[in-house]
Amino acid sequence: MKILGLLMATALAAFAAGETVLIQNADIYPVTGAPLKGGSLLIQDGKIAEIGARIPVPKGATVLEGKGLRVYPGWIDSGTQLGLEEIESIRETNDTGELGDFMPQLKALSAVNPDSEHFGVVRVNGITTAIALPGGGGRGGGGGQIIAGQAALLHTDGWTWEEMEINRSAAMVLNFPSAAGRGGRGGMPAELQDMFPNAANNGMDARRAVLDQIAKLNAFFDDARAYKKAKEANQPDFQKDLKLEAMLPVIEGKMPLAVNASRAAAIHDAIAWSEKQNVKIVIMQPREVAKAGPELKAKNIPVVLGRVLALPENEDSEYDEGYTQPLEAYKAGVKFALGTFTNEFVRDLPYQAATAVAYGLPHDEALKALTINPAQIWGAGSLIGSIEKGKLADLMVVDGDPMDVRTQIRHIFIKGKEITLSNKQIRLYERYMSRQ
Amino acid sequence: MKKLAIGILAALAPLGAETFVIQNATVMTEGSKGIFKGSVVVKDGKIADIGEKVMVPAGATIIEAGGLYLIPGIIDCHSHIAGSGGINEGSVSVSSMVNIKDIINPDDIAIYRALAGGVTTANILHGSANSIGGQTLPLKMRWGKSAEEMIFAGATPGIKFALGENPKRSGNPQGGRGAIGAIQIQARYPATRMGVEDVIREAFNQAKAYKAEWDAYDAAVAKGEHPIRPRTDLKLQALKEVLENKRYVHVHCYRADEILMMIRAADDNGFKVRTFQHVLEGYKVAKEIKEHGAGASTFSDWWAYKIEAIDAIPFNAALMAKKGIVVSLNSDDAELMRHLNTEAGKAMKYGGMNETEALAMVTINPAIQLGIDKTVGSIEVGKDADLVLYDGYPMSDFAKVTKVWIDGTQYFDRDKEVAAQAAKDAEKQQLLEKERSAQRPPSNRRPNQ
Repeated sequence: MKILGLLMATALAAFAAGETVLIQNADIYPVTGAPLKGGSLLIQDGKIAEIGARIPVPKGATVLEGKGLRVYPGWIDSGTQLGLEEIESIRETNDTGELGDFMPQLKALSAVNPDSEHFGVVRVNGITTAIALPGGGGRGGGGGQIIAGQAALLHTDGWTWEEMEINRSAAMVLNFPSAAGRGGRGGMPAELQDMFPNAANNGMDARRAVLDQIAKLNAFFDDARAYKKAKEANQPDFQKDLKLEAMLPVIEGKMPLAVNASRAAAIHDAIAWSEKQNVKIVIMQPREVAKAGPELKAKNIPVVLGRVLALPENEDSEYDEGYTQPLEAYKAGVKFALGTFTNEFVRDLPYQAATAVAYGLPHDEALKALTINPAQIWGAGSLIGSIEKGKLADLMVVDGDPMDVRTQIRHIFIKGKEITLSNKQIRLYERYMSRQ
Repeated sequence: MKKLAIGILAALAPLGAETFVIQNATVMTEGSKGIFKGSVVVKDGKIADIGEKVMVPAGATIIEAGGLYLIPGIIDCHSHIAGSGGINEGSVSVSSMVNIKDIINPDDIAIYRALAGGVTTANILHGSANSIGGQTLPLKMRWGKSAEEMIFAGATPGIKFALGENPKRSGNPQGGRGAIGAIQIQARYPATRMGVEDVIREAFNQAKAYKAEWDAYDAAVAKGEHPIRPRTDLKLQALKEVLENKRYVHVHCYRADEILMMIRAADDNGFKVRTFQHVLEGYKVAKEIKEHGAGASTFSDWWAYKIEAIDAIPFNAALMAKKGIVVSLNSDDAELMRHLNTEAGKAMKYGGMNETEALAMVTINPAIQLGIDKTVGSIEVGKDADLVLYDGYPMSDFAKVTKVWIDGTQYFDRDKEVAAQAAKDAEKQQLLEKERSAQRPPSNRRPNQ
């Protein structure tokens, strides 16, 4: 994966604008190391070329005076429908949920609209990278998939989706079958299920349906392995199958499965299943993190937490359940990133993290959950997620704590290119401010 | 009504309220004293004194709040919590006869969660399925009290109107955000914005005739005559109250065209819109809203969830405020309701409100919009002791609510809440075990018998 990352970095650098920018006298927060107060950072060929106390101004470089400002790596949102969904309630603008149960060949990336207004909106709040997810609910059509397709890791800027790409196959999305509904959201809490064995959602029919789905899932993986064997045997009658072909990186352990599993029981089932199948997984939107924590830690499985600002799951849940999920993950020693899972909340990603800090998460851990952790979880740890020499220059220059709502962003760089701090909403604001 | 209200409050206040002093806090008053570091004295449920130095009344409890921030209780101008059995009477285009007051569920956990987010007062509105919806009222989040005891005594009642997608698509069972609750009814007039205007104008056409009938009757009675009493029409009665300025009109709206339509329909029929709610394109017609004299209660940064929210901008609140409109930020949502303080913070980020202007959008401004600013919305002597204590800068997400008082009674305390969690979990386990053993068949009996 590391090698793949480096190769991609080389490839991407070729696209990047050759602009050379020197940021001077700024406080540089690399996330992976101690802050450098009053330091310099050189951007060259789309990458971070140098970091130091003093860097001489290269010929032709633009100098950005950073006195009183701070530099951070750009934010990464680990769960969005950016580019895939424009208006939640309008089916025609929504390309997330396809039909079909097993659809590993679908790629979110090639359905990403680079001109979506959402990119401009989230960019100016520092979100430079996002995971765009296929599948899920909404009004995209299906939404009932087991394997929904390939999630893309992308930059929030680019003329085309190809230019935005970091990795079109960052993860395979799996909605793990569960009695509480696919992915284990909703339904009856596990501790009540034995008391209400005949409740509609938890009756024998539902259990049988789950077992049936898991059997189908296993059969699909068996097919993929048989396909791999046949392909490697190079038999003359071998025929390419797009679905099974797409599964090869998964069964070879090169592509993780992003597994939607909410409750502890569903998480446990998903982990047990992944061990049997010998595949890498990332748990998406777990809600019973404290309960599942020890097992996640023991098996070294990372998680993407959903919105911190979310209502408690049950009526009798603690009022701060959502606020404390990141703290629970941290206490359990589980590697975690954050996702907002709804386009209109992507720009609030840093504020979601700040709420976790209010409820006990160390400040540095919140920063990591939006930067280096997701970079590593999505296999791009050598490319993005921190300020280090050789990484892509995905940066924000800000006038305060970047998770504080009072802080203003002064400059954004994506792949070394300075982003115009404007979007449709800012233009409307300026236009109507001038109305007499 | 006002006198009665004061009487009721005076009778209620001493029950749970003690005399106490919060000292060394950074107090963001939203009143004439601005922001200062010092004390707030609470007595009989009211704010008795504020200042850098105060006289501590004999026997007063001291609450040390060094490093903490005290703000007025948050007021949510648009909420749908605490409604039982649905808040959308979507079967008719004009449902002004129904009243949220009749369906308040004081046990809705959303009340407690809002309280834990610093909300002390919320305007509970009917849904938006109708051009003219049901009657509304503000509640105080007096968790643990009855529905009647939660009602904000003396507040002018309201009525919900709705424009745009929701009233015109109410017949569509798809619903969607904004169309609260499951709406599964037959297609119903209106189906367009034109029809929405017609429904509103026609309703006031009838209401004015109804009012004229009653005015004639009242005048005749005043002259000592004995006319036949007109029939009371509960639907038109509420609109008659609007025409008499006894009931506030809160209008759900999104687009600039429909906002302007509503202003003109109100002008033509001789009533005022008290607040435009959501009003995501209010920034486009700020001039007209200002001239009409309406307030605006909006979201900070929600957008793109439906087509009429496509031109929403996070600068809406600040722009309207700069153009002279009284602006508040509301939730419309049990989750968002828990952090309106940080929604206010966004008014600083988007559009450069200063901290007093920003915090006003969830405190004194909604109080003005609801006509309750004489008793709540700021920390000033004589006002209700509705107070929220934060452990950090209150409009930053890094802060959390630690204590909340309503009428001088403490309704939320994070320390107590956290301390009680283990006991609550144990109680739950006990109850579950009890239920399990009750369900288990006796061991001497075979299950199939």
